[in-house]
Order: sequence, then C-alpha cells, then structure tokens
Amino acid sequence: MEKSIYMDYAATTPMRREVLDAMMPYLTDEFGNPSSLYTLGRRTRGVIEEARERIAAFLGADPREIVFTSGGTEADNFAVKGTVYANEKKGNHIITTPIEHHAILAPCHYLEKRGFDVTYLPVDEYGLVDAADVAKAITEETVLVSVMHANNEIGTIEPIEEISKVTRDKKVLFHTDAVQTFGHIPTKVDVLGVDLLSMSAHKLYGPKGVGALYVRKGTKMVPVMHGGSQEHNRRGGTHNVAGIVGFAKAVELAEKEMDAEAKRLIELRDYLIAGIVERVEDVRVNGHPSKRLPNNASVCLNGAEGEAILLSLDMENISSSSGSACTSGTLDPSHVLLAIGVPAEVAHSSLRLTFGSTTTKAEIDYVLEVLPPIITRLRAMSPLDASWGKKC
Amino acid sequence: MYTEKVMEHFRNPRNVGEVENPDGVGEVGNPTCGDMMRITIKVKDDKIDDIKFKTLGCGAAIATSSMVTELAQGMSLEDAEKISRQDIADALDGLPPQKMHCSVLAADGLREAITDYRSKHPAEEG
Ligand SMILES: Cc1ncc(COP(=O)(O)O)c(C=O)c1O
Ligand code: FES
Repeated sequence: MEKSIYMDYAATTPMRREVLDAMMPYLTDEFGNPSSLYTLGRRTRGVIEEARERIAAFLGADPREIVFTSGGTEADNFAVKGTVYANEKKGNHIITTPIEHHAILAPCHYLEKRGFDVTYLPVDEYGLVDAADVAKAITEETVLVSVMHANNEIGTIEPIEEISKVTRDKKVLFHTDAVQTFGHIPTKVDVLGVDLLSMSAHKLYGPKGVGALYVRKGTKMVPVMHGGSQEHNRRGGTHNVAGIVGFAKAVELAEKEMDAEAKRLIELRDYLIAGIVERVEDVRVNGHPSKRLPNNASVCLNGAEGEAILLSLDMENISSSSGSACTSGTLDPSHVLLAIGVPAEVAHSSLRLTFGSTTTKAEIDYVLEVLPPIITRLRAMSPLDASWGKKC
Repeated sequence: MYTEKVMEHFRNPRNVGEVENPDGVGEVGNPTCGDMMRITIKVKDDKIDDIKFKTLGCGAAIATSSMVTELAQGMSLEDAEKISRQDIADALDGLPPQKMHCSVLAADGLREAITDYRSKHPAEEG
C-alpha cells in the first residue's frame, strides 16, 4: 500500500477543506481588527460574535459564556489558574486526577509550589474516577474540581454527570477538559453539569492554535492574559479571526455529522481491538471497554518496545503513537498507564491508534495485517526469555 | 529525528540472535528507561570471532546494539573493550541528545561479555 495511513487523530486532525474556505477571506481581504470601530473592523467583530453564538449553541450555553483562547492548553491553564486565583479568599485546595493532560497537571504542580494543596483522586484499572471519592476529597478549602471528560491516551470517558452532582451539592466549581470529546460525543454543559469546559479546534478538523473555555455565568475568574479589553477583560489580545471562524465552521460540521460518525468509528474501534487481541498473543487492552472514545484503541504489546513498534509501523506508512518511556522525552513511561496500575515494563510496550474521518475498514485491515509480524519480529529480538539472568 | 544510518540499522539489524556455546555473555538493563540487552561472543586468539545481540528497546537501542556488534566483530578484546558510547553514536552519524543514553546499553553489554569471558578463562590472559 503506497498511501499513508494516519492513525493519530488524538494528536491532531487534518483541517477540512470547508474550514479552510471559511477562513480564507479573513486571511486575505477581511483583515480588519475586530476592536476597530470602522466598517472593516465591525465586519470581523460580527463574524466573531457569530462564531461565538454557534459554539455556545452547540454547548447549550450563552454566547457570553465562551472565551476564545489559543487552544486547549490555554483553556486549561485559564480554567485552573483563573479560578483559584480569583477564589484565594475562599480556600487553596484543588482536586484533580493523576491521568489529566499535562495542560492541567503542570499548572497544578506550579500552584503546589506556590502554596496550594492538590488532591489527585484515585482511578481504577480503567482510569475511571469514582464520584464518591470526589465527595470524600472536598473540604472547606476546596475551590476547584477538574476531571477530564475523556482521556487522550486510553480513551476512557469519565462519569462527569455523576461528579457534577457532588460538586453542585457542595457548591464547588467543576471544570472538565473536553478537548478529546468536544465535537465527537455530546458535550452539553447543562447535561454534564460543569462550570468550565475546555475545547481545542484542531482536534475536530479545525485549525491549530485556537480553542475556547466555557465559563458559566457568575464564575469569578482572573485573566490569564492581561492586556486589552477583549473577551470582556478575561483574555487580552487581538482575536485570531480566521482561526475563530474556522473553529466555528468545524463545530457546524461536527454538529451535523457527529452522531453518525461516532457510530461508524465505534464499529471500527471494536473491530480493530478485537482483531489485535485475536492475532497477537499477550496483549493488554488499556482503558474501559465501552465507556471509551469512539476513535481510540490503546494496547500494550508486552515484550516489544513502543517506539520500536511506532517506527516499524511508520516503515509501513502508518502514523501511530506510543506512551512508552523511549518516546516520551522524559524517559518515564506514560503517567496515565502507571496511574491505572500498568507495570512500568508493560507500559513500555504501549501503542495508541486513534482514527477519524479518513479511516476506512480497509485501513484497519491493513494495520491488522502488518502489526502481528512486527510484534513477532521485535519479540524475537528481545533477550527476555527463559534464560534471562542465568548466564550460561 | 534519527539519521538514515540509525534507521538503516533499525530496519536491518546485523547479528541478531545468540552465538552457540558462547565464551562470554553480557546482560545489561538500562536503568534510565528499563530497556534490556544480551550480547553473546565467541573468542578465538584473544579476538572476537563471533558476536550476536538481542535487545528489547527503542529504535536507538536496537541500532546501537547492531552497530556495536559490527564494530567489535574481529577486534582484539583489548580494543573492543575500549569502544565507547560516543564511538557507537559517531558510527551511526550521531544520535539525538535525549537518545545518547541508549548507546550505553550497547557499550556496557559488550564490556560485560568480555569481562564474563575473562572471568571464565583466567589462564588465557597472557
Ligand atoms: C486532553 C487534552 N487536553 C489538552 C490538550 C492540549 O490542547 P492544545 O494542543 O490545543 O493546546 C490536548 C491535546 O494535546 C488533550 O488531548
Ligand atoms: S533505550 Fe530506552 S530510550 Fe532508548
């Protein structure tokens, strides 16, 4: 197969043609600054407000509750730092999970160094948080609970609705990082019961470098970006007009296609996971079997190393991802796999395949054809056999 | 991120496996990332007559293992012992900085195999 097969949709997605077409005028003739009063500026101001309305409607929110950001990372940073700094008089306690994206964990670690207390909730073997543990962890000092909607590595979808019953009852702010779910599965804020929700356009066929944070009306926040009065003084900086227009176009398309696409992807996902388990011995499937992102297959292929698997798949023109130590840059295996109790040496062999709009069953069949011999080859190269540690 | 030479050795690793009735065995684990390697050698006239490796690890771990066997093949034990991780990385046209530790596995594995040989054949040490 000459064609290249992209199976890393959780990392980013290809931008759709319709999105580019929608953006194009704002990269060319329609260049006015939305904060300017003359016609050219008023026009771009108008499209930003239309985009805001579209995204708000998709969330079941009010347009004033949407703050545009430079992406998921900024939305997460804003959610955490913006709320805790605004509520310092109330308390200094944050509750989150050990399996969050670094865009949540790193701000939490930063705040810990500055005197805040952070509780990392326990997760089960699938990565699920128990709402009862949230209730137990909340104290008088708690100002924010942040639990991701779905995990980017293992795909597990968290019980956000159950957790929000607890946070509402205890009157604590609740944030969810919905970067992996927004535009893929339902994310109505009133159904989820969240006060803050992070989104990123490039995960749903939109442009990179643009996203938003939903902030429920009445939530006290300090800005993360101090500057001009844009976004009701919550986020200074001239708007990324083309990016915001592209983001809204991606949301419009997702709204129409999401349900059917999720169904299609779930079928492919279950077919792929079952196929790997059937064809390769000693496989561990990571994440929950059904409470799972439609497009995520995550496995550990014990006895082969993740980066070596990834490079071997790349030689077959397949783009994939691994949470192995050797690919992480930090040399520690994925914090998510370790948190769900995968031993370090097994976590080392992880492979994540995530798919989307271009993925076909033929592509999945191709992966199922080339993966088993790759694993056989790498396992045959491994010194970990019966004689390991017993020199002749 | 890897050089063409690293990828070439990853695609077609030389001397994979184990020599029969080895004269020396080196088994090392990489404490940094948990990867593992076994080198087996046959020694003749104080020279490496045959050498094979088995490695569980990343692309760089496999390529450096392959390269060290190629470098050491036919070398005197004295010279082979001196092969450094830098020598291995250089022979592969370099490694990314965060992957330099991978070559430790190969250099240490070979040295350990030679030490093992010497411990079993003390008389032959001139
Ligand atoms: C769960 C999650 N949160 C946050 C981010 C960061 O988003 P962005 O790349 O838009 O900064 C990502 C994407 O990598 C993600 O998967
Ligand atoms: S040997 Fe593990 S990172 Fe290379």
